[in-house]
Amino acid sequence: MYEQMCKIRSFEEAANELYTSARMPGLAHLYIGEEAIAVGVCEALRRDDYITSTHRGHGHCLAKGAALDRMFAELLGKAPGYCRGKGGSMHIADQDTGNLGANAIVGGSAGIATGAALSIKMRGTDQVAVCFFGDGALGQGLLYEAMNMAQLWQLPVIYVCENNQYNEYTHNRETTAGSMLGRAQAFGLEAAEVDGQDVRAVFHTMQRLVARARRGEGPAFLLCHTYRFRGHHVGDIDRSFYRSAEEEAWWQTHRDPLKLLADWLMAEGGVEPPIFDRIQQTVRSEVEAAVQFALNAPYPDPSEVDRHVYA
Amino acid sequence: MSTPDVQYSISVRNPQGREITFAQAIREALAEEMRRDPRVFIIGEDVAEAGTVFKVLTGLVDEFGPERVIDSPISEAGITGMGVGAAITGMRPVVDIMFGDFITLTMDQMVNQAAKTHYMSGGKLKVPMVLRTTLGATRRSAAQHSQSLHAWFSHIPGLKVAIPATPYDAKGLMKTAIRDDNPVAIFEDKMLYQSKGPVPAEEYTLPFGVADIKRTGTDITLVATSSMVLVALEAAEKLAELGISAEVVDPRTTVPLDRETLIQSAKKTSRAIVIDEGYHSYGVTAELASVIADGAFYYLDAPVKRLGAMDVPVPFSPVLEDLTVPTAEQVVEMAKALCGRH
Repeated sequence: MYEQMCKIRSFEEAANELYTSARMPGLAHLYIGEEAIAVGVCEALRRDDYITSTHRGHGHCLAKGAALDRMFAELLGKAPGYCRGKGGSMHIADQDTGNLGANAIVGGSAGIATGAALSIKMRGTDQVAVCFFGDGALGQGLLYEAMNMAQLWQLPVIYVCENNQYNEYTHNRETTAGSMLGRAQAFGLEAAEVDGQDVRAVFHTMQRLVARARRGEGPAFLLCHTYRFRGHHVGDIDRSFYRSAEEEAWWQTHRDPLKLLADWLMAEGGVEPPIFDRIQQTVRSEVEAAVQFALNAPYPDPSEVDRHVYA
Repeated sequence: MSTPDVQYSISVRNPQGREITFAQAIREALAEEMRRDPRVFIIGEDVAEAGTVFKVLTGLVDEFGPERVIDSPISEAGITGMGVGAAITGMRPVVDIMFGDFITLTMDQMVNQAAKTHYMSGGKLKVPMVLRTTLGATRRSAAQHSQSLHAWFSHIPGLKVAIPATPYDAKGLMKTAIRDDNPVAIFEDKMLYQSKGPVPAEEYTLPFGVADIKRTGTDITLVATSSMVLVALEAAEKLAELGISAEVVDPRTTVPLDRETLIQSAKKTSRAIVIDEGYHSYGVTAELASVIADGAFYYLDAPVKRLGAMDVPVPFSPVLEDLTVPTAEQVVEMAKALCGRH
C-alpha cells in the first residue's frame, strides 16, 4: 500500500512538471494528499469490481491497476493512451481493471455506478461497484436519486465521498448544510466515517463494506476526511483568497498519508527507514520511464477524429 | 382522450399484415426483444403494473416480472444514469421517460455521459441503451407535457434518434434500437398510440438511416416526421384533388439521416416543404431544409419551405393549442403557393 501511494504521489508530481513545462495540454487536477483513500478503497476490491471516478481521478485509476505509461500517454493526448488520446486527464477509462471512467461532471457518475450495481445484481455476480466523488458532489441531486434507488433495491454499490473540504475554490461550510453522513443515513444506507489520511482505516472499513455488499446486504456510504495539498487544478497557484498557507503547511507536515503510514510501519512493524527510500527510488524511475514513453509516443492519426463516435 | 382523426389507409406504403395499434406495435417489439435477449430490461416510472401512463407496456410485467420491468422512483436523471451504467457493464436497458418534456431532466446523463462514453474511452466502452419517450401536442396538456424536443438529442454526436410515424415503423425501429450498440432515443407521438396500421406477424427490423417514401409524387416533396407524416399525407390527398402530385418522404430517423433520399426526391419534384412538430426556430426542419437546399439547389424551382410548431410554449386552451401545430391546410396553402397555384 505504501508503494501504491508513493506511485500516485510520484505520478502526480510528474504530471505537474509536465503541465508547468507546457508539455501537457488541457487541465490537470492533482490528487496529492488524498492518496490513502484511492489505495485503501481499491486494495479492498477485486480486479473485476467496478469503479467510477472524478475529474481528480489519476489516483483512482492507478490504484485500480492501470499502467503508468499508458496513463501518461493519455494525459499527453498520445495514441497509446488508455483512450487513444480522446479522453485525456479527466476521462480515463480502463475496462480491463474495472475502471468505468473518470467523469468531468461533478457527481456525474453517481447514476453510472449505481447502474453498474443494478447490472451486477441482474447478472447475478458477486462484484461490487464503487462511486468516488468529492464533497462538492454533495450538492448534486443525482447522487440522492441514485442512493434512494440503491437502498430500495439493495444494490452492491459503495459511495465513497472524498471530503477534501473545498468545492473548487469554496470551503464546504459555505456550500453544504447539515450532516454529510446524515444525508446517506436518511436513505437507510450503511454509513461510515474515517480519517482519509489513514490508509489502514480506509482499507479496514472498506473491507467490511465490500463484504456486506458482496453478501447482498446493500449499499453503503463511506465518508473520508482528507485534504487537497495542491490547488483545484495545476494552474491554481495563488490560493490565498480561499485558504491560508499556514493551513496547507499544517496538513502537509502533520497529515501526509505517506508519512503517517511510514511512521506506523517503523513504530509498529519495525520497518527500517532505508526501505522507504528504496521504494521511492524504484517508483520514481518507473515514473520517469513512463513519462519518456509518453513523450516519445506518437499522436493519434488524424483519421481517429471521427472514429468511435458510434459503436 | 380522443384518437387522432387520421386513417392509415391513405396511401401508406406499408407491407400487408394484421392491423394493430401503434401502442401494440411498441409493446410487441419490447416483448419480442426481451424474450430474445435476457439482457434487455425496462426501467421507468409506472412501467410495471400501470403499464405506463399511456398503457403502452400493459402486460409486460406479467410475463417478465418486476426484476425486468422495474418501477422506478420519479428520478429521470437517476434512471438515465443507471441505464448508462447498466449498459456499459453488459445489460441492454430501455429507460422509459414518461413525457418527452422530462428529457430536460436527463440531459447531463444523455448528453455528457451516454453520448460521449464510447468516444472518450477510445472505443472501449459501449452504451447499448434505449431511451423511449414521447412527443407531440394537441392533447390539451399544456406547456410542460406537450413539447417535441427530439431536436435536442439530434444535435448531439453519439446519440441516435428515431421518430416513427406508423405502427409498422414503430415496431421495426424499436427492435433495431434495442439491438443497436449505441444510445438511441425513440420519440413516440402520444396522439398516435391508438392509431392502427398493418404490421406483419413475422419477425422484422427496420434499418436506421433509411427514409421511407410514404407516397410517391412528381410535383412537390413533403418531408415529414412522426405524426406530421399523417398531416403531410392528408395534405397530399387534398393536393391531388387540385391536380398537384405530392411525394411524402419520412426520414424515420433524424440521426442517422438519409440525406440521399431527401435530395433525390427534391431533385425529382423540384419543390420541397419540410414539416416537423418541434419548435420552428433552430429545429429539425432547419437541418432537413438545409440538406435539400445544399444537395438539390440546381434542381429547385423555389426555396425550400419549413413548417414547425410555433415558437411559443404550448398553450392549454384547445383553441390556442391547435394554432401552434402544423396542419394539413397550412401544408396545402404553402404547396399551392410554391407550385404557382393561387
